[in-house]
Amino acid sequence: MQTSYSSAFVNILKRDLTIALRHRDDIINPLLFFIIVVSLFPLGIGPVSNTLMKIAPGVIWVAALLATLLSLERLFKNDHSDGSLEQLLLSPCPTFILVLAKIFAHWLITGLPLIIIAPLLGVLLNLHQDSYTALMLTLLLGTPVLSLLGAIGVALTVGLKKGGVLLSLLVLPLYIPVLIFATSAIDAASMNLPYNGQLAIIAAIFFGSLTLAPFAVGSALKVSTN
Amino acid sequence: MATQHSVLLAADKLTCIREDRLLFDQLSFDVNTGDIIQVEGANGTGKTSLLRILAGLSQPYDGKVLYKAENIHHCQEDYNSDLIFLGHLPGVKGEMTSEENLQFYLKLHGLDHSLAEQTLAEVNLFGFEDALASHLSAGQHRRIALARLWQSNSKIWILDEPFTAIDKAGVEKLEQLFLRHAKNGGAVILTTHQDLSIHSNDFKKIILEHQFI
Repeated sequence: MQTSYSSAFVNILKRDLTIALRHRDDIINPLLFFIIVVSLFPLGIGPVSNTLMKIAPGVIWVAALLATLLSLERLFKNDHSDGSLEQLLLSPCPTFILVLAKIFAHWLITGLPLIIIAPLLGVLLNLHQDSYTALMLTLLLGTPVLSLLGAIGVALTVGLKKGGVLLSLLVLPLYIPVLIFATSAIDAASMNLPYNGQLAIIAAIFFGSLTLAPFAVGSALKVSTN
Repeated sequence: MATQHSVLLAADKLTCIREDRLLFDQLSFDVNTGDIIQVEGANGTGKTSLLRILAGLSQPYDGKVLYKAENIHHCQEDYNSDLIFLGHLPGVKGEMTSEENLQFYLKLHGLDHSLAEQTLAEVNLFGFEDALASHLSAGQHRRIALARLWQSNSKIWILDEPFTAIDKAGVEKLEQLFLRHAKNGGAVILTTHQDLSIHSNDFKKIILEHQFI
């Protein structure tokens, strides 16, 4: 009997969400980190609203990158240390599907809460009122990219005892294009300029990584469990 | 025996080198239906490495493993659906109950997960279905992992130290299960430092020794 791909996907997704919901700090810690990092800026720079307005897109996005980075290790580390990763790799469903399910679960657990809380932090930073739609759209397209590209880094470092710093060195440079186009889209929106171009590029990066990253993650996991 | 013997899995000139040490060289053997094979050897002779290579988790330095005359890395999905591998780590999630853990693996292999509760009773975990695995002992974790064997329709079982932390009655029950599986046309490859109580005609041994060059 062959499992159908969609039921395998749902099965893994459900498992990861169950684990995350029973282990709530996985969801809450990155979110709190995100909120605290962003709220440090008004405190450090002072409440001059013009300065804050200028740096708001960058601050929110950099904080989102770091919060994602913080949560990445959980993606495969626990599975690797308790042996479930081997079992997943030896399951009859293709590695592509299981990797995609795990990444989607990771995005639901960390990316989605960031998107929901981001407008509130925009208020805190006095984000330009025309920029909110752009902020939400870039986050909606950009945070899945962060999970997808990050997963490659985690898969490569999962076998190492102290892969944390190496992980950030591997992954952060890969996040630069998303950061550049996202903040430039939000800036353009604040000046009432069209930002379709930037969005299209982020969307292209998203679809590119959606189709290619799971293959890279699968191969990297096989190397890491070798 | 009435079952027809045919080759399920073939190791073809496997060579394994770990940390510049040669573990085994040009190792070839067939695994037929009905075989129970015990891989024996002192610590560090490459038992686990051999099993991981057979399961397709590790790459041999040289040689290949054939499933239905095809390299296992070329027909991975087919091979995986006919394989159960249990390694040193049980792969049990502490955040989930024993029943959820078992159900997950049954679903992953496309098996009927409604029988999970009943299967847990087979491995003496009756009454622990709703206990979080993190509250259970190492032996019970292993039992959750092993419970899959009762439901499995995979032919090839590769088990690395399946008896670790299992009590005597449990070991006996497992041995009976292995015999039944072999009779039904399956094959079991296992490592263990315990002596099997199975009659010696019913199982084969592969003995690995330290290599000195």
